[in-house]
Amino acid sequence: MRIIVCVKQVIDTAARIEIKDGKVDGAGLSRVLNPYDEFSIEEALKIRESKPGTKITLVSLGPESFSDALRAGLAMGADQAVHLLDPAFDGLDSLAVSRLLGKAVEFIGFDLIFCGRQAVDVDMAQLGPALAVYLKIPCVTVVTGLEFSENWSVAIATRQIEGGSEIIESPVPVLLTCQKGLNQPRLPSFKGIMAAKKKQIEIFDADKLGFVTPVTTNEASTAISTGLELPLSRNSVEILDGSINDSVAKLVKALREKEKVV
Amino acid sequence: MSLIKHILVIAELDDEGIKPSAYETVHAARLLADSFNGQVYVFCFGFGSPDKAKQLFNYGADRVQVLNNPLYNTISLDLGLIAIEPQIIKDKPYAIFFPATTHGKEFAASLSAKLNVSLATDCVAIQAGKDNQIIVRRPVYAGKALLNLTLNGPGPHILSLRQNTFRGPGPDFSRVGDIELLDISVSNDQRVLKVREVVKEIGSQLDITEARVVVSGGLGMQQSKNFKLLEDLAQVLQGAVGASRPVVDNGWRKYSNQVGQTGRTIQPDLYIACGISGAVQHLAGMSSAKCIVAINKDANAPIFSVADYGIVGDALAIVPYLTEEFRRVLAS
Repeated sequence: MRIIVCVKQVIDTAARIEIKDGKVDGAGLSRVLNPYDEFSIEEALKIRESKPGTKITLVSLGPESFSDALRAGLAMGADQAVHLLDPAFDGLDSLAVSRLLGKAVEFIGFDLIFCGRQAVDVDMAQLGPALAVYLKIPCVTVVTGLEFSENWSVAIATRQIEGGSEIIESPVPVLLTCQKGLNQPRLPSFKGIMAAKKKQIEIFDADKLGFVTPVTTNEASTAISTGLELPLSRNSVEILDGSINDSVAKLVKALREKEKVV
Repeated sequence: MSLIKHILVIAELDDEGIKPSAYETVHAARLLADSFNGQVYVFCFGFGSPDKAKQLFNYGADRVQVLNNPLYNTISLDLGLIAIEPQIIKDKPYAIFFPATTHGKEFAASLSAKLNVSLATDCVAIQAGKDNQIIVRRPVYAGKALLNLTLNGPGPHILSLRQNTFRGPGPDFSRVGDIELLDISVSNDQRVLKVREVVKEIGSQLDITEARVVVSGGLGMQQSKNFKLLEDLAQVLQGAVGASRPVVDNGWRKYSNQVGQTGRTIQPDLYIACGISGAVQHLAGMSSAKCIVAINKDANAPIFSVADYGIVGDALAIVPYLTEEFRRVLAS
């Protein structure tokens, strides 16, 4: 089984976001492997444990620093990593990124592709389904459980929907986007971290992928950012003190009469 | 024949009828369509009596089409795209609106790649700009920041709309219409994905993204069984029960109830945080609620920095009083 895991590096979720000139001021903020990608890698490792001979390749498109995310995945136990890295890739929109990743994974070869449910920075949830469209393979998103038929030709995925879940069968190859609940990602071992440091990350550049002119979205619909802003700050809190009875009565009155939310 | 400029809304129908998120999406489409004298078309997936889709007219739809093919009794991405894509190519909608549900987001992302057009996920504000533009706002970093986007071009522009955000004044019963049944010829061998089973969560009626009131618990609830107190309060308020990440990591509550950056981002009218200290990731997932109440022993807990009302004290002791008081006033 050849498994591709698409990963991304994001700003640490514990960070507070500051904005400078309409963009996130990322200076000095620590960066981590996208939390949902950890579920992807863990699931791939579990499959390799039950199906020897499985090869796990991490793929990422992004600046130089993304190699840290690839190393983190290698430290968890992935076999190899490919970094799509070229100045020509700067500022590509997400469909263009999906297309390039599609070229790369076709180059590498695959039976299964895992992506995170979404990257916790842009929160678009677009890359996985778009990549599946370009590769002409089926896609199941927000997966919280995964099994396979005995001969590994059919994937049986459980996924979260509003107010419940669905169990979906798909032929392999298939692209799955991973959600918390799927597994418990392992922490990299010391041995894993040391081994990851020695592994070579393969670079795919524009030449290798035959990328010539920037591929943008169709002119029929382009999305132009006009800047980021912080949410409006909230009014300061009104502490309701007194006995439990008093404060509870004040709260219920305020929620009904002033806020009208109950 | 000139095509009528319109917005296409994709809605889901099930045995309980149309989901509230679909009404909200139709309402938002109506407001935008009115700005250019356009129309709102709705395309309904799923099963259940097509008559139930009639209410979509009350919320602003001009045309409602329901798929009339038993293969569409469950919603699957591959067959769904086979049904939607030709409609889009034929009707050329100016924009396509999806509710930002699991199904909606999956369709929207796939369709953006198929049509090669931009996508705006989880929109919380939509308005008409000049020269045919649509101006949207969407949260990024789980709501720690908001991104403003201008969508240019003749479209179709694909948007998914955050649940609980575009609630209108309610149904207008003078708006009526007839449902069109649509036969899509599709054969069983075009089906790649098989939906084996749809499991409804037992107990909680409402998903936390759809509930108007969410009562959430953190480690201050001390143990799993104490969440019964929150379920009682949620029941009186017809709401749903959420949880903080440590609670879910301890296995006290299911992941689908986790509120926060690695859980779910919600926007209820009322959020009651019980025994939640308010880590940055948690605040990101709930701070756009209309009204926030925090109950926590620690007067310095960060949750109070986003709350409108606070009670400093033990949630285990306070919540039962709160449930009783709501029960009393709501009964009178």
